[in-house]
Amino acid sequence: MPSTRDIRRRIKSVKNTAQITKAMQMVASSKMRRAQLAALAGRPYAKLMNTMLADVSGGAKDFTHPLMEKRGDKKRCVILVSTDKGLCGALNSNLTREALKYDKDTTVFVCAGKKGAQFVARNKRNLAAEFTYKDTPLFAEARAVSKFVQELFTKGEVDSVEVLYTNFVSTLVQKPETQAILPVGELRGVQAGVGGAETSVALEKSDIEFQFEPGADAVLSALLPHYLNFQIYQVLLEAKASEQSSRMVAMKNATDNAKQLIKDLTLEYNKLRQANITKELLEITTAQMALG
Amino acid sequence: MATLKLEIVTPEAKVYSEDVDMVTLPGIEGEMGVFPMHVPLITQLTAGEVGVRKGNQDYFLAVGEGFVEITSDKVAILTDMAIKAENIDEGKAEEARKRAEARLAEKLDDEEVANVSAALAHSLAQLKVKRRGR
Repeated sequence: MPSTRDIRRRIKSVKNTAQITKAMQMVASSKMRRAQLAALAGRPYAKLMNTMLADVSGGAKDFTHPLMEKRGDKKRCVILVSTDKGLCGALNSNLTREALKYDKDTTVFVCAGKKGAQFVARNKRNLAAEFTYKDTPLFAEARAVSKFVQELFTKGEVDSVEVLYTNFVSTLVQKPETQAILPVGELRGVQAGVGGAETSVALEKSDIEFQFEPGADAVLSALLPHYLNFQIYQVLLEAKASEQSSRMVAMKNATDNAKQLIKDLTLEYNKLRQANITKELLEITTAQMALG
Repeated sequence: MATLKLEIVTPEAKVYSEDVDMVTLPGIEGEMGVFPMHVPLITQLTAGEVGVRKGNQDYFLAVGEGFVEITSDKVAILTDMAIKAENIDEGKAEEARKRAEARLAEKLDDEEVANVSAALAHSLAQLKVKRRGR
């Protein structure tokens, strides 16, 4: 039977934990908003890139680029976009469950985020590179990842590249998803903004005849890597928003649980205190009766 | 007089969007000046300095590599970095330049060389803009 002091001590420690989880919840929610805003800030860029893609590919008709070469998928590369820190619910385990489905010998992993790299090392998969990205992902970080996989692809070390990340559906729902990146098939319009079709921008060709300098092919071949960079940047933003919202929900649950625990413990504490008082009273009256 | 609408966007923000009289920009085949009613043109941009004339005033921005789409009434610049001259931190840019140069002096693989030289081009562009007219 725990003494009242033990219970008091437990209540205090649970209270401290609740305070920490509450703070983490607040931080995560503000970071989530920031990630969403950052994704929205990319919209003008996406729009402009789409018009350019449409205009340029209209100018360069029979154009092939090393990044468009189809070679089947004997050797795959998977970009695993995970989080750096834990305490974000089932986010990473959902991701790694998907990652386990890939063949061990023919898949190499490129990780963004520490948790993914740890998973790859633990399961003895092939790790090609590990990248980091900050709470508000920078375009430069996305560019580093994208450059690396483009090089793997053009050197022929891998035949296809996919990215495995957590798609931000809503604050409560995040889904692990794969997106094929290389080879570049049809030029789709890029999208900006997290979790929602309303942010997509259509690929529209304007009817102006453009001149190209140095030439349409050259411009398009320079535009392609940029297109990929931006796609990966969007993926990073999406993953970040997912991470933060997942953490926010996990921390909210933790805070609620802690509060429930405090309530239960307080009840037990009061019961025990009452029992002690009654016992003491009983002892006093018995003693008096014995004396009297 | 006709004006040009200049738009400069990066993945992180829309940096500039105003009606201007003239734009000079660092094209891949050399510096080019753009007046209203320019022939429609799409070209690549190298890291450098974008000059903007608006009324009697000149403004400057440092830009990274990217693309430009020019139509008769609009110049749209798509780049990975764009900073207005007044927002450039000279000390930081200088530091970045030194760091990049030091890194280039080391032995690096191609991938890193590309990254570092891009960083170097960014900081040089910033410095160029900041130190203009001195």
